[in-house]
Amino acid sequence: MDQDPWLLKTGLARMLKGGVIMDVVTPDQAKIAEDAGACAVMALERVPADIRADGGVARMSDPGLIEQIMESVSIPVMAKIRIGHIVEAQVLEALGTDYIDESEVLTPADENNHVWKHDYKIPFVCGARDLGEALRRISEGAAMIRTKGEAGTGNIVEAVRHMRSIQSEIRIVTGLPEDELPSYAKSISAPLDLIKDIHTTGSLPVVNFAAGGVGTPADAALMMHLGAEGVFVGSGIFKSDDPAPRAEAIVKSVTHYNDPAIIAEVSKGLGEAMSGIDIKTLKSEDLLATRGW
Amino acid sequence: MSTNEPALKAKIGILALQGDFQEHSSILCSMGCSSVIEVRLPEHLNDIDGLIIPGGESTTISKLIENYDFTTSLEDYYKENNPIWGTCAGSIVIAKSAVGLEPWKPLNFIDISIQRNGYGRQLDSFQTSLTINKLTSKSAFEGIFIRAPKIISVGKGVEILSVLDNQDPVAVQQKNVLATTFHPELTRDFRFHQLFLDLVSKNLLDQIQDE
Repeated sequence: MDQDPWLLKTGLARMLKGGVIMDVVTPDQAKIAEDAGACAVMALERVPADIRADGGVARMSDPGLIEQIMESVSIPVMAKIRIGHIVEAQVLEALGTDYIDESEVLTPADENNHVWKHDYKIPFVCGARDLGEALRRISEGAAMIRTKGEAGTGNIVEAVRHMRSIQSEIRIVTGLPEDELPSYAKSISAPLDLIKDIHTTGSLPVVNFAAGGVGTPADAALMMHLGAEGVFVGSGIFKSDDPAPRAEAIVKSVTHYNDPAIIAEVSKGLGEAMSGIDIKTLKSEDLLATRGW
Repeated sequence: MSTNEPALKAKIGILALQGDFQEHSSILCSMGCSSVIEVRLPEHLNDIDGLIIPGGESTTISKLIENYDFTTSLEDYYKENNPIWGTCAGSIVIAKSAVGLEPWKPLNFIDISIQRNGYGRQLDSFQTSLTINKLTSKSAFEGIFIRAPKIISVGKGVEILSVLDNQDPVAVQQKNVLATTFHPELTRDFRFHQLFLDLVSKNLLDQIQDE
């Protein structure tokens, strides 16, 4: 790698802002997502709800499937690798995938180290529960951040918790006097240079999306109100009764998140949302958000 | 820039259906524009003196334009000769014809044919120094091309403001409509935004003279 094309990597995430990125498992679903107004798709063998139900080790999807999905749509295609799996990252780069999600939804390959993402020309998105985690990923080269939420549950509560944490910690950093920044950086295990950057700008240096548990247009709009710059929808669309209208409704609710009348209108008659899981009933070993550090 | 420039007091709209509209509005605010409006519904176009259509996904933006009778309002806005500038996805949305935008139709505000993702996928995104005619200073402008569209032909009456080394046009103008296939809004170089504001100012002064 001769250079880290940071502006091109973070720039693509900026083009996705105000949009919805949808999990798809077939080229047909990808087409439905594109027609519904998705700004990108995440190509997968199984959506998180099925990964959760099936158990076992979840890995990168079949490159053949990812390629078919790339051929079926003209919008950017993302795909997931296991945390720390350098070779899965190299494979997706060789395929020419547009974005890599180093994702806790798959079974981690390395419990200590994430991929050193500066080494790749393809940009990465990573999950985070709080500001410290977001900044650790950015220092490793993540060009986009998303909340972890709790994928495959259809329950928005964890994504809300994570987005609120990130935003409130940003407000704390902005309000601190300069000489207290090192101690605060230490307390949340964040690199000091990035903390200083936030102190000056008042925002993350990369785009921050919501993910993990979005099931309805109102969920998506809620995350936008809390400071998300766009939304990932995993199981929420293709695990619902009638995916196409729900996908379209979620796209509109993200654009018009400040307009309750429109959200009311688009939410009518969508049929059953995916069935959800109360996080409190999950055993700690079944929680995906605690994977990675 | 002169502080009494009409464009600074004008209402500049940025189509905010999807994409990097905040990047544009943050630059305009830094330049001293006092009224920057996020346009999400047709009625937000009322009294707008200049409109920017940002980068983003052109399929998503086109789909959302189809809703709420936006196409008609944008056409009316264009017919009144108001300044319009499309960047990247925005340049696709305003083109005469757009390869790869199907089933959506472009708005036909500028006589160019354009191909979506004309240079390839994200791995083919690139950064290059451009020379741009009409800019007040002639130093190079950093062109950021992200899954950029390619202008494959331009009609008579379209002025080419900048080309790549291979002579592909990347910045074009027809009367009050500008299109760039790169992203000035991702840089801290305000000269292209100034060029647009100059169009807005000139248009406002012309309107006053007409009255």
